[in-house]
Amino acid sequence: MVAVPQAKDIENKENTRKTVLSIDDLHVWFELKRFGFGHAGYVKAVDGVTFDIHESETIAVVGESGCGKSSLMKTILALYKPTKGKIVFDNKDLSELDNKGLHWYRSHVGYVQQDPYGALAPFMTVQRILEEPLIVGGIKDKENRIQRIHKAMEEVKLTPVNDFLQKFPHMLSGGQQQRVVIARAMIMEPKLLVADEPVSMLDASVRVEILKLLSNLQEKHNLSVIYITHDLSTVSYFSERIFVMYAGNLVEKAKVRQVVDNPLHPYTMALLTGTSEPDAKNAETFKELPPGEPPSLVNPPTGCRFHPRCSKVIKGLCDVKFPPEFEPEPGHLVACWLYQ
Amino acid sequence: MTALKNSIRDLLRYPSAILGSVILLFLLAVSVYALVTIPYSEAVRLWRGGEEVWYQNPKYAAPAWFNIFYSKKKPVSFSVRTTDGSMSKATTPSSDPEISTVDITYSFDYAYEGVPQELMIYFTSQFKDKFSFVSVSWITPDGRTIRIADMAVDHSLTFRFSQDQKLQKRLKTEDVMQAIFMDPESSTQADLKGQYQLVINGTTFEKDATIDAEFVLHGELFGAAGTDKYRRDLLLPLLYGTPIALAFGLLAALGTSLLTMVIAAAGTWYGGWVDELIQRITEVNLVLPFLAILIMVGTFYSRSIWLMLGVTILLSIFSGSIKSYRSIFIQSKESSYIEAARAYGASSSRIIFSYLIPRMIPLLIPALVSAVPSFVFLEASLAVLGLGDPVLPTWGKVINDAFADGALYQGRYYWVLEPAILLMITGFGFAMLGFALDRIFNPRLRDI
Ligand SMILES: Nc1ncnc2c1ncn2[C@@H]1O[C@H](COP(=O)(O)OP(=O)(O)OP(=O)(O)O)[C@@H](O)[C@H]1O
Ligand code: SF4
Ligand SMILES: [Mg+2]
Repeated sequence: MVAVPQAKDIENKENTRKTVLSIDDLHVWFELKRFGFGHAGYVKAVDGVTFDIHESETIAVVGESGCGKSSLMKTILALYKPTKGKIVFDNKDLSELDNKGLHWYRSHVGYVQQDPYGALAPFMTVQRILEEPLIVGGIKDKENRIQRIHKAMEEVKLTPVNDFLQKFPHMLSGGQQQRVVIARAMIMEPKLLVADEPVSMLDASVRVEILKLLSNLQEKHNLSVIYITHDLSTVSYFSERIFVMYAGNLVEKAKVRQVVDNPLHPYTMALLTGTSEPDAKNAETFKELPPGEPPSLVNPPTGCRFHPRCSKVIKGLCDVKFPPEFEPEPGHLVACWLYQ
Repeated sequence: MTALKNSIRDLLRYPSAILGSVILLFLLAVSVYALVTIPYSEAVRLWRGGEEVWYQNPKYAAPAWFNIFYSKKKPVSFSVRTTDGSMSKATTPSSDPEISTVDITYSFDYAYEGVPQELMIYFTSQFKDKFSFVSVSWITPDGRTIRIADMAVDHSLTFRFSQDQKLQKRLKTEDVMQAIFMDPESSTQADLKGQYQLVINGTTFEKDATIDAEFVLHGELFGAAGTDKYRRDLLLPLLYGTPIALAFGLLAALGTSLLTMVIAAAGTWYGGWVDELIQRITEVNLVLPFLAILIMVGTFYSRSIWLMLGVTILLSIFSGSIKSYRSIFIQSKESSYIEAARAYGASSSRIIFSYLIPRMIPLLIPALVSAVPSFVFLEASLAVLGLGDPVLPTWGKVINDAFADGALYQGRYYWVLEPAILLMITGFGFAMLGFALDRIFNPRLRDI
């Protein structure tokens, strides 16, 4: 079983905390082209996702490969335009922001990517890499920029700073590279951090360090974090809530403890059996996936998208009608007909 | 700074790079020398000048150092003058203050086989009313003194030995050169080798009157580079052609490489119709007859080298390399550092110039260096086709003139070979450096 964070009095805070980001019925569809021009349907990578994230709240999004996690994040990062639905940040609808507004939004959202080496331009020094967001963010004073670079690098423990400033990414270890990526995400002092599988490409030995670093930063800066992972075992490091994603939908949303102690969705149950500790020797993920193929996102199964693989399928219902969200226990939402 | 040092150290590991760099540095030095010593307007004036500028030079003279290869040395041209002291002049006043004598002498060693093409004296004299007077004589190595001419000197006067009829009569031959350079005693028509002396005794009949003279020998060889049909010293176009060739080659290579890269990057980045348009233009451009268009522009519009440069760049931008750059940019475009840059709000132009293009610089630099020779050759080819810049002395122009005059049929190889060798050396230098740069910047090629 999974280690769960010490019970803070999350519940009481919950209602008083401000909403930072609010996602409403978000759809992200990619058009499929036949022979480069003919229309051949859509890849429904995100298909009706709704959630809120509050100030200093941390959310983990889990799900198997290809279920649309990255598409969801990239849409939040305004890299993709939503096909339908709304993203509201700090009470401002992203679709209504002009260029300046979008700049403002981008400076409030940090992005930590999966592959640290690919995420760093190979021809830029660490200093240049960290300076870029500052230049783009309109910080004209070089002194000021250097100062902020130093500060960010100290925060991610790339010290002594001067030893690293003039290095190129290939001169750094994977862990150090990821620290640079995190420093870059933090350099504009964002409110929200999006981390897309930040440790999955790293050596098992440095995973825990990086997760602890992220968790420390989160606490220190009251960051809201959306943490995407394959690996349920790493969730406990700094997440309050877990969203389980399946074929473009969030099928279960609840506090970590609730999900771990009492998984409700059959898919979540299947996932949990495949979880291991992050620092364990054989930190593999999703060993025992539910049997069957992952669903097609172009022609998703009718009704509940999990029904072809579900062991508890209710014939005549699950395969016909799409399950709405039910709330069998307070704060624990699940999209499954079992809880109707 | 250290990066620069490192690349230079890397470069020095390749002999081809050293050779290439030495050649290019030499050409660069020649260019600087040419530009510093010969101002642009002077270069144009000399190149377009005719007899009045180049009278001192023989026609069709091979370079003087050709004598190294001849066992029978050919006469080398020279010219000396009193105005710069290369020919001695002594003025002696006489008892009459109005009259003075001017003695000009010049002795030279003549150790060549055969006789010169021509001897000339250019007199200049200053006076108000009364003409000055000179008598010219010639002292041969065996001590004979030959009277050449006695004449009054106007403000300027050109005396050509072989065309002076009085002299022909006096020597009883039409061939003055034979007469004054040959040993009359010899049965075998051999010329006399040894010290000859030209003596000019002048008299002026006014107080401030002067006489100056320039003595010119037209041999069969001349200077470091020889001369052409118009007596022009070929050193001028060879020297001055260097900066022009380098400038044309470098500017064209730089212009096309950079623009091609920027266009390929922009097309890839924006995608959609921009990319489509660029692709189609490239395809059309690839089948356009490049040289034919240049010839048309040259024939109907202008042959200015700068216009040609512009058209060349324009026609070379949408080249095949746009496609190969594009395929690499498509990969870079998907890289996560560019995604990160978009996430923190970098603009499209910033992404193109600071993220896409810098990645390509390792490919760009060797390609750029290797592209230079083809543009240098292009410029020369245009000139050979008669589309060279009408006023500038260039290597291609020399070849063009040589061809037009049938130099190769007449055995005047130097005329064609000199510019051709310079062209080859230039191409070779850039190619050598390009190879080495390619290996340094693209290490995967090292083993190939
Ligand atoms: N730009 C795109 N154009 C077309 N299809 C896309 C695009 N991006 C993602 N997809 C498709 O959308 C689906 C979801 O992809 P996404 O990257 O969001 O999955 P993921 O959950 O992040 O997977 P992983 O865990 O492997 O990273 C996939 O089928 C993918 O092929
Ligand atoms: S809705 Fe039905 S098919 Fe879907 S997960 Fe629940 S039980 Fe299984
Ligand atoms: Mg992903």
